[in-house]
Amino acid sequence: MTPEHRIVWPLVVAAGLAALFVVLFLHLEAQWAIVALALGLVIGLYLAARGGLLARVEIASSDHPRAAIGINIAAGMAVIVLLRDQHFALLMLATVCLYVTVCLGLTIQFGYAGIVNIAGIAFFGIGAYTTAVLTAHSAIPHLTVVIASGLVAGLIGSLLILPMLRTRGHYAALVTIAFGILFRTFLEVNDTLGGPQGLKVTGMHIFGHSLHDNISLGPLGTVSFYASYTLLALLVAAAAYSLIKRLERSWIGLNLDAIRIDETAAASFGIDVARWRIFAFTAGNCLAGVAGGIYAMMSGFIAPASFNFGDSLLLVSIVLLGGSGNPLGVLPAALLIVVLPEKLQIIQEYRLLLFAVLVILILRFRPDGLLPRKMREYLPGWSRR
Amino acid sequence: MSTPALVVAGLTVRFGGLTALNAFDLSLSSGELVGLIGPNGSGKTTFFNALTGIYSPASGNVALGAQNITGLRPQRIYDAGITRTFQRLRLALSLSVFDNLMIGNHRNLHHDFKRNLFGRKRLRQQIEANVESSRRLLEQFSAPLASRLFDSVFQLSMIDRRRVEVCRALISNPRILLLDEPSAGMTHEETRVLMDDLLASRKRMPGLAIILIEHEMGVIERVSDRCVVLNYGEKIAEGSYRDVASDSKVRAAYLGED
Repeated sequence: MTPEHRIVWPLVVAAGLAALFVVLFLHLEAQWAIVALALGLVIGLYLAARGGLLARVEIASSDHPRAAIGINIAAGMAVIVLLRDQHFALLMLATVCLYVTVCLGLTIQFGYAGIVNIAGIAFFGIGAYTTAVLTAHSAIPHLTVVIASGLVAGLIGSLLILPMLRTRGHYAALVTIAFGILFRTFLEVNDTLGGPQGLKVTGMHIFGHSLHDNISLGPLGTVSFYASYTLLALLVAAAAYSLIKRLERSWIGLNLDAIRIDETAAASFGIDVARWRIFAFTAGNCLAGVAGGIYAMMSGFIAPASFNFGDSLLLVSIVLLGGSGNPLGVLPAALLIVVLPEKLQIIQEYRLLLFAVLVILILRFRPDGLLPRKMREYLPGWSRR
Repeated sequence: MSTPALVVAGLTVRFGGLTALNAFDLSLSSGELVGLIGPNGSGKTTFFNALTGIYSPASGNVALGAQNITGLRPQRIYDAGITRTFQRLRLALSLSVFDNLMIGNHRNLHHDFKRNLFGRKRLRQQIEANVESSRRLLEQFSAPLASRLFDSVFQLSMIDRRRVEVCRALISNPRILLLDEPSAGMTHEETRVLMDDLLASRKRMPGLAIILIEHEMGVIERVSDRCVVLNYGEKIAEGSYRDVASDSKVRAAYLGED
């Protein structure tokens, strides 16, 4: 096979299978079917990784980085079309995409730079509250508001930079836990931000079009308004994914890996440890803030109770389950962890318990996650060198 | 050899009440290889750590050519042209050989966001050029190793890991190379091969000065132009290997005679 004729079909097949799976997973209601699908996904990914099928998909996606993103967006759109009138399924899909975005941010922080952030949901919440306040008190266009929410999350995160730079490992993790609790308590006692009752948020308008209106297709039926939000969340997640892949395949990605693995060695070869730690922390928080801003407008209502310590753990468990440092792994992991408790009534009350057990099991039996990270591939076709 | 490459004057490192290195003087000409020996805990690695900015010295002065580098951060000292290896290997085991070498080549790479995230064409040229230079450097040490450029370091044998670590320190073309006991964990034969390769590749890098910490006296005798002996943080002898080996203070330090 010449490099000019590198194959794309594994990508198409994988995206097609993934789309089919997502549709079934979100559409089916029978409890046994949900359990079977979830187990099927985990076992299927495991076997595909073992049998080398996954490697072919990864090679194809590294050969065609742009096509990979395009095909996946197309698959996502196909799913939206198929589920067009199902409010709940689309809401879950949009939530998955937003969680994927946050977890891609955590991948920069934890997977690459080694910064344990157990306050992911707090930065998501900062984005949500920023959006709530800005849409209520200003006429700033909503897409700009979402971007501003990301920037504010990054900015408030920079308050933590000094303690984060002076601490390492468990201690740095404790700093973020404290921040997460501080954030929630602050919201609860702050009446301007609605206190424990929270705030109402207006729906999103883009170029005069309200994303909160169902779209009527005449005789073809109506499209749920969640479809617009899902599409937006999908595009944001895809943009974050593309950015993070570029990051990984560059000298910057290498710098981040170097400081995670050995700070002293990294510093001895000129790598500015503080600079890259600050960058990774801020970039990750910005992604969380952007996702939070969209979430606030989509759900129309936010309250401190939505931004719990438990939700931060959920985000961390998505990253661990997917495979720390592998952005691709975040997708199936977010799907399982967000959707399962919503679909399986038995789990709901026990979800934190189950996720705690899940994290222990992953760390014990498959510490690299469902899709373990591969070697860095700087350029297309790198693996054949 | 008119201006010395490195001049260390009165370098002192203290940990609380313990003086780990006391008023240490050393002058290094360009192209010279100095062996640094002494019993365990005599301050050899402390000297390397103080020189590379990991420890900050209590007093003293370090000049690299005309530049005063005393007390600079490790990053600036690397940029000035001093690189090192570590006694216990500090490679990134999960990363590829190429990745590890590129960590060592940090000062010659571009780290701005524009080029790294969006200017992939120019980045591509830099990556391709570095693949070539990495391969050439590794080939000076071992041709089979050069063909494993994209394997993870974890899969390599001890001697290959040492080679990668030496190459990581060499690839940025430093002025001073600090080798901290490269024979640790290797057989005599492996050490001999590694040192021969190093001496051969040194010929291609005129002016490179090396300080070698080593416990195997055979290695020191064979490769060093000059020897410096430390004991309890003090320099107790300096000169050719033969002079140093017959020095009574050195024999006392090593054999415990009084």
